[in-house]
Amino acid sequence: MNRDNARSACGAILPVAITLCLSVSSVFAQTSLAPPQDLRAFDTPSDGGGSLTVLWSPASYDNAATRYQVLLGEETAVPDPAAMQVVAEFPANQHYVRESKWPWWTRPATGDQHQFTLRNGRGVELKDGTAYSITVAAVRSDVREIATPVQATPQPNWINWNQMNNLMLALLFGGIVFYAIGTARKREIFLRRIPGLAAVDEAIGRATELGKPILYLTGAHDMSDPSTIAAAVILGRVAKRTAAYGTDLLVPHRDPITMAVCQEITKQAYLEAGKPDLYKDDSNFFITSDQFSYTAAVDGIMLRKKPAANFFMGSYFAEALLLTETGASTGAIQIAGTDSDHQLPFFVTTCDYTLIGEELYAASAYLSREPVQVGTLRGQDIGKALILGVLGIGTILATLGIMLDAQWPQLFLDLFKDVK
Amino acid sequence: MIFLRRQVPLLITLISGLVFAAQYYVPHPVSEQMLTSVTKWLQIIGGFALVLGVSSLFHVHAVKIRRKEAGWGYSFVLYVSMLGTIAVGLWSNGKEAVDGTMTAFGWVYNFMMVPLQGTMFAILAFFIASAAYRSFRARSREAAVLLIAAVIVMMGRVPLGEYLIPLSGDLSQWILNVLNASVRRAILIGVSLGTVALSIKIIFGMERSYLGGGKE
Repeated sequence: MNRDNARSACGAILPVAITLCLSVSSVFAQTSLAPPQDLRAFDTPSDGGGSLTVLWSPASYDNAATRYQVLLGEETAVPDPAAMQVVAEFPANQHYVRESKWPWWTRPATGDQHQFTLRNGRGVELKDGTAYSITVAAVRSDVREIATPVQATPQPNWINWNQMNNLMLALLFGGIVFYAIGTARKREIFLRRIPGLAAVDEAIGRATELGKPILYLTGAHDMSDPSTIAAAVILGRVAKRTAAYGTDLLVPHRDPITMAVCQEITKQAYLEAGKPDLYKDDSNFFITSDQFSYTAAVDGIMLRKKPAANFFMGSYFAEALLLTETGASTGAIQIAGTDSDHQLPFFVTTCDYTLIGEELYAASAYLSREPVQVGTLRGQDIGKALILGVLGIGTILATLGIMLDAQWPQLFLDLFKDVK
Repeated sequence: MIFLRRQVPLLITLISGLVFAAQYYVPHPVSEQMLTSVTKWLQIIGGFALVLGVSSLFHVHAVKIRRKEAGWGYSFVLYVSMLGTIAVGLWSNGKEAVDGTMTAFGWVYNFMMVPLQGTMFAILAFFIASAAYRSFRARSREAAVLLIAAVIVMMGRVPLGEYLIPLSGDLSQWILNVLNASVRRAILIGVSLGTVALSIKIIFGMERSYLGGGKE
């Protein structure tokens, strides 16, 4: 009987105790909500202005049930936080410094700190040079705890320190190129055979034998694109040989400025070949800037004049296959060189030789064999070896970082992140 | 004369090359404004250069018509089309529509230019088929690899193909995401280095052939 009484007493006490515990813990959790600590606001570094960054310390209540609100006000003299505008709201377990894009050398705080960057747009308008009050509130259900507002002024910056790794690597690569040029001037550097360039003479020779012209295209872009410059440089080498052989050269253009530059290059090439009398101003001519009108015109030239050799250098888009397939149907020997990776399959499929990517930029060195040009190629090779090494080391370090849950590999990885 | 033709352009190239390389690292609005202004200058120069291009086009085709070269009829069609379009464009004040009504210029653009462009683009499908037929004939080991990869990817990209060969979906994704993407990135790294190297050569005057060749 006593045992039954005790059991029933326990049965009654246990739910009460559990309820009491839950209530106490709930009340404890509710009271533990405090204003965000160590609030800091400052102009976002390394930007063009119109932006402020807020930092604050993590709290024990950082979970999905609690939310942070970022409040902004233009009044700087003892602002009323309740009157400030809520410009952002998110769960309290988000927006940490470690999730930001800042590399380690520009991070304003340790990775465990909260951060939020305010930018112009979506109801926020930050004027450079104007002081703003900013604060952060922690919110759960009806409870809202607001930190003491702080002031900050957005300003434009003169240097983007986030991209210093990019600058360092650019300077390093530049240094390597200059070193390689210096080396190339002292001793001969081996150049591997590039079939597409070795075939240039063959193509010109064939055109000469058949008494047919050579068609040379410089691509879809204008002279501001390096691939067009590379194409124009190669045109100079090709024109020198067509001048020597007395073969006709046709260079239809999509851009008038490129046409003017290529006219100069061709004229100079004929002069250097000792055949200025063979130069024709009309060898470089403008068709149109419109993609498919140009393609139709060039296809027409291919079908009517039946050039013995077609050169497709530079950058191309959807017109690539329309041009090369028409050229292939006329039986011309076709040499392409492009950095448009999306068009490479079409060129490889329809052309006899294709200069893939960097080979387009190597063409000038290959054809001229000048030490300066060859040295640049060696510099590129050293650069590639460096990148390959970084890829290998980076892969190992990133893997180790995940396996050991360590942050130190990030010191290395950040150096090569966002290098573009 | 040589100074104006050689040294001055090289000096301009050096200064603008260095300034705009530095501009990439300067986020200040002044820097952005400078870039915007120069881009506008380029557009203005491009507009003037178009006169150069059109005069070249007129000259080349006028010579063809005068000499009655093979296909001179096409040159005549070009002249008629170009002068007709210019006349219609001027008559319509360069507007394609006024108060919702299509102008003659809009008619020329919408019912002549657009269908012609569409036709050229549509031909691409047939050219892809003929190029694919030529490439996919398994005449060598490389062509056989290309053929097999292409068949897997094609099967994996269409619902019927994935239904017939369930593995083709995952396999085609692997080919595209691992094999294809890694090769593309390798090409892009090479292209980027080549671009930087060419830019260095141009900025520091080591590559001058774009000025018209010569070493003087």
